[in-house]
Amino acid sequence: MDLSGYLEMFIEESKDHLQAINDQLLKLETEPDDIGIVHEIFRSAHTLKGMAGSMGYDDLASLTHQMENVLDLVRNGKLAITSEMMDVIFTCVDLIEKMVDSIEQGGDGKEDVSEVVMRLGQIQNPTMEPTAEESESVSKTTAESQALEIDEFQASVIAQARETGKNVYEVTVTLDEKCTMKSVRAYMIFQAAEENGDIIQTNPSVEEIEEEKFGLSFTMLVITDRDARELQVQISNITEVREVIVSEKWNQEVHPLPQVSKETKVIAKQTEGQQKEKEEPDTAKKKHRSKSIRVDIDKLDQLMNLFSELIIDRGRLEQISRGSQLPELTETVEHMSRISTDLQGLILNMRMVPVEQVFNRFPRMVRDLAKELNKKVQLVVEGAETELDRTVIDEIGDPLVHLLRNALDHGLESTEERLASSKPEEGLILLKAYHGGNHVFIEVKDDGKGINREKVLNKAIERSVVTQEDAKTLTDSQVFELLFSSGFSTADKISDISGRGVGLDVVKTKIESLGGVITIDSKLGEGSTFRIQLPLTLSIIYAMLVKVEDETYAIPFNSIVEITNLSSDQVSTLYGQKVIQFRGQVVPLVYLNEVYQVPPIEEANEKEQLFVVIVRKGDKTVGLVVDSVLGQQEVVLKSLGGFLTNLFAISGATILGNGEVALIIDSNQFIK
Amino acid sequence: MEFSKIVAFKLGEEEYGLDINCIQSIERIEHITRVPNAPVYVKGVINLRGNVTPVIDLKNKLGLGHTEFTDMSRVIITKLEEIELGMIVDQTNDVIDIAADSIEAAASSFDSAYFDGVAKVAGRLIILLKLEELMKTGAV
Repeated sequence: MDLSGYLEMFIEESKDHLQAINDQLLKLETEPDDIGIVHEIFRSAHTLKGMAGSMGYDDLASLTHQMENVLDLVRNGKLAITSEMMDVIFTCVDLIEKMVDSIEQGGDGKEDVSEVVMRLGQIQNPTMEPTAEESESVSKTTAESQALEIDEFQASVIAQARETGKNVYEVTVTLDEKCTMKSVRAYMIFQAAEENGDIIQTNPSVEEIEEEKFGLSFTMLVITDRDARELQVQISNITEVREVIVSEKWNQEVHPLPQVSKETKVIAKQTEGQQKEKEEPDTAKKKHRSKSIRVDIDKLDQLMNLFSELIIDRGRLEQISRGSQLPELTETVEHMSRISTDLQGLILNMRMVPVEQVFNRFPRMVRDLAKELNKKVQLVVEGAETELDRTVIDEIGDPLVHLLRNALDHGLESTEERLASSKPEEGLILLKAYHGGNHVFIEVKDDGKGINREKVLNKAIERSVVTQEDAKTLTDSQVFELLFSSGFSTADKISDISGRGVGLDVVKTKIESLGGVITIDSKLGEGSTFRIQLPLTLSIIYAMLVKVEDETYAIPFNSIVEITNLSSDQVSTLYGQKVIQFRGQVVPLVYLNEVYQVPPIEEANEKEQLFVVIVRKGDKTVGLVVDSVLGQQEVVLKSLGGFLTNLFAISGATILGNGEVALIIDSNQFIK
Repeated sequence: MEFSKIVAFKLGEEEYGLDINCIQSIERIEHITRVPNAPVYVKGVINLRGNVTPVIDLKNKLGLGHTEFTDMSRVIITKLEEIELGMIVDQTNDVIDIAADSIEAAASSFDSAYFDGVAKVAGRLIILLKLEELMKTGAV
């Protein structure tokens, strides 16, 4: 049978289960006595095994099986949890993860599992046979009666179906004992039944069946216009179905149908129990229609692209309607604008994903690192539900990994040092995400030794990043900023954890390419905080449109501090650099017509009025001199394509209401 | 030579050709937004149905001077892998079938990285261009 259709589902679900196992394992490590957690892990592992088995990934299934055996022993109190055991299980989970990744990339999901399997075997020693117990309990549930209970509503549906000449059958399906992925089989059976008619009731409920909370057989009530035999054949054709019994409902005499034999499988007869008409609300069917769907990310991107086209047209329409004297047109356009604003919010919202997606893998990473470094660390995650645009989420993982590693390796002291400075033995790393205005903030905070100003300065001087004289005048935050300059590492010895050549400068570059800002707070002896500020979305931004001679440029709103106009005699010169004094600060000026070599429209006559857009990067400001300010607008970011790359101070382009292209200014590059 | 159909166009008095498979469309010249700090031959970017597409002056790129825009001037939009690029030409002529044996490898006397060969079709000489080479020097 072709399983490729299920592959995606399999991968997604495996990942969910793996994540669950990882989370629970970490929990288990802190509360080794909580047997409930073991149950959780066992369940996930069990489902994983089943899925892998039926998809034909035998290595994966056998490895999971071994792990499950160990867990089973723990679950039944026959084995105590030891840290060696946890390590083996973690390795095992890693291997499984690797396999799933390989499957996702189109591989065969094969890995060398022998060593881990052996170690798992050793743990299990003396060997027991947990599987025997398990199958016993399974067969017990099988024996239970499968009678269907029908409520009034269903009774009326059945009555109606009869009137229209449809048949109502009770179908009892028994799966093969070897069937490993029962819920999938059940799902396929439902599918087959629904192709032929409607399922109005099942026992156990659909939900329970989906969660594999059933033995080997289940019963469903089907309305169909096929006859019983056809239905039986259809369902029997599904693999691993041992027996199908179709009996007509609501007739006192029961017609057990001749069974369709499948290969050599045994077919048992089962007579129909009577039906009870009991009022029991049945919501299983309704619950089955789940409230969320999985959508291909490409489709969302496409939607976003199409919508941005619409925004461009909206801009154009607004311009036309403003120019025309047609109140009807203006009204319609205004209405459209409102709707599209709502729509935009909705679409942007759809692309938002909780940072949890990224945060999820950190507890595990921190645990492993802490072990490696022989430090005791507690990672506290806050605000994992904070949402961010998917495009940002995809990019934020690596910088965060780096910051966390940094906090663990350089931030936190060793256990002895901590004890010596009368701090709790266990270090604390706080990973926190929260919303603030149009931004999302992510903080990585540790309660370690903090950044040593002198140490940073010495290093900086040594690497000639700053001069001895400058060093004295630098503020603390300026000193911390030095950590971001390239090729900087304050750790005395280079370790495997963070000193691998990529420094914090890479982190900074990455964050800035996402339109974000990173800052450091630190107190010596008390710890440091790295704070990342990110825009909510990257695709639609607010921008101020400005004119330079005859050309229009867009300046992203989030970098603008203020717009002011000055007369030309307020400009003075400092070391050949034109500056203005603005709110007690000296702000250097950048003449856009010069840096962009804008061809002048007419003979350059000294302008008396200057429009200055003051932009900021960190705590530095610079004034961009423009000819006029056109107004603010929501613009759709477009890339300039692969041909034009690395243009100075241009981050992209956008299409204006009149269909012309305006370039977006990357003001960060004016500030050194 | 994999050429079979080419789009023929004029730069000055000379005829050039590009493989039709990498040509998206041929557009009239509308507003071009100048891109500062880009190479000289880059005329700017245009809005091509919602896509921002860079446009180069092909004549300038090949070292044949500058293009004066006329009513006959067109932008040929090409696409190779993921890169889209518009090229301004003086005039587009037609689409021609070219047999492999009518193509002569570029003579060493006018050696240029951009030339792929010369096709002789009914007395016309058409210089075939290598698109991948034209796109290569995108970065300054």
